[in-house]
Amino acid sequence: MRKPGPLVYGLLAAILAASVFPLYYSFIVASQDNSVLGDATPPLVPGGNLVENITRVFDTVDFWLAMQNSLIVSTTVAVSNVVLGSLAGFAFARLRFKGRDALFLIVVGTSMVPTQLGVIPLYMLMSDLDWYGTLQAVIVPALIGSFAVFWMRQACEETVPHELIEAARVDGCSVLRTFWHVAFPAVRPQAAVMGMFTFMTAWNDFFWPLIVLDPNDSPTVQVALSALASGYYTDYSLMLAGASIAVLPVIGLFVLLSRQIVGGIMQGAVKG
Amino acid sequence: MTVTRDRAEAAAPAVASAAPRHQNRLARWDGKYTPYLIIAPFFVVFGIFGLYPLLFTAWVSLHEWHLVDGDQGFLGLGNYTELLSDSKFWNALGNTISLFVLSTVPQLLAALGLAALLDRGLRARAFWRAGVLLPNVISVAAVALVFAQLYGRDFGIVNHLLGLVGVSPIDWRAETWASHLAISSMVMWRWTGYNALLYLAAMQSVPKDMYESAMLDGASRWRTFWSITVPSIRPTIMFTVVTSTIFGLQLFAEPQLFDPGGTALGTGGSDRQFQTLVMYLYEKGFRLFDAGYSAAIAWMLFLLIAVIAVLNFRLTRRIASKG
Repeated sequence: MRKPGPLVYGLLAAILAASVFPLYYSFIVASQDNSVLGDATPPLVPGGNLVENITRVFDTVDFWLAMQNSLIVSTTVAVSNVVLGSLAGFAFARLRFKGRDALFLIVVGTSMVPTQLGVIPLYMLMSDLDWYGTLQAVIVPALIGSFAVFWMRQACEETVPHELIEAARVDGCSVLRTFWHVAFPAVRPQAAVMGMFTFMTAWNDFFWPLIVLDPNDSPTVQVALSALASGYYTDYSLMLAGASIAVLPVIGLFVLLSRQIVGGIMQGAVKG
Repeated sequence: MTVTRDRAEAAAPAVASAAPRHQNRLARWDGKYTPYLIIAPFFVVFGIFGLYPLLFTAWVSLHEWHLVDGDQGFLGLGNYTELLSDSKFWNALGNTISLFVLSTVPQLLAALGLAALLDRGLRARAFWRAGVLLPNVISVAAVALVFAQLYGRDFGIVNHLLGLVGVSPIDWRAETWASHLAISSMVMWRWTGYNALLYLAAMQSVPKDMYESAMLDGASRWRTFWSITVPSIRPTIMFTVVTSTIFGLQLFAEPQLFDPGGTALGTGGSDRQFQTLVMYLYEKGFRLFDAGYSAAIAWMLFLLIAVIAVLNFRLTRRIASKG
């Protein structure tokens, strides 16, 4: 096939610019005084009010608490998905048991179920447990998802040799010891990427935290952001200063891991 | 000496076999049941926090049910008959479908085109791929705030750019069609790159010799794309169509936060011009505490999703195979 010409690169550059521009612009607005935003020509370069706007964010909502809550939720969810997902993925990929393939099909199928629509009884369940406004209301339902099981099964299929597992079992190694000493070390890189991905998903989650957390008492970052936006008068530099702080950790992770994340998504696409 | 050794040898198997018999039983139990034990957490969590609430929604929807005070009596299909004559419900349904079509159809076509570009043996491949995926990792809440600014009526940059070519400012929140376009653009921004990567992955597993023979026959790049590439990646296209249907019809955060009244009201604009079904569900259930009615909305939406997902699946299979 012909090598791509300048037209292809030009188009891609334009698309990339469209991907990045809203983010760039939110940093711009976050660094401006609100009065500048009313000028005839919108500002395209950073202004000098970033620190002041960020300070205002922390004055308006308890953003420290929100960051801390988001960190607790996302870390717990990520670690739990890594542990439980690796175990289940290992079982589906390398252990023999009755009904294995059917059960795995169910796991894949559950990812298509719109569980968000069950939000009313889920809320009532949380009230009965006295979990309204507590972080476990957000954490426990997310402890293990089909995505983690699917991803880790894939990882085990690719990197854990059958013979090694058989050998360990014949030597009298228990299933859990085999997992821990043979399978898990082999899939650790994929587990790490999956963990980061799960961390980002949990960090970005909005619908359920909005419902079950108390915006004044136990917000996550996304809930705090929506609180910034619900003022009577829209204060854009305040809102976007908040948004900028909220996206920074995720962008940081993405820059570090983009190659692995892209690879993971593309692999899942072919096999899935 | 020999005697003792013989004796020891004779005794050894007996001693050794007592332990293995016990160990064997443990090992057999371990091999048989541990697999179920380690896949159980997924099924337990999904059952309690996913499936049970979804099914229980149907039961709640048959009752007059207050979110806090609980069951107020059986209604049968009362909530549903009320729903069918509720103009706000039909409005939300129309908005949901309009937003779904506006955001999904152009998005998947754009993703297809973008994937074709990414498939062209580029330099700095990893860079381009990461670049198009970037919007997907940004939280919806942040995206909605950023776009709310871009689409501001007075000082938004979109209106500013339109002004440069002589278009007078558009009130992106007040007009139905304008708000739908703006909200759809957020969804497209966030998901086009992701879907493009799925298509790209599928395209790269199409055997190269299929292209070569088509090229030899003198087929244009455009022809080759539609008659070879698209039919070959049909399963992936169907997958994206079905998942976009399931998630697109549940659109919530983007329109919810596009509303200047924000989460306080959640009516999707002063005339509910961009209130989706999930927003209406949220308003009824969590602002007005009418859990029964809210559950009826949820269950109707569930049926709608199922029907449209199946229809889309069939339709795409037909279109993509004709190619």
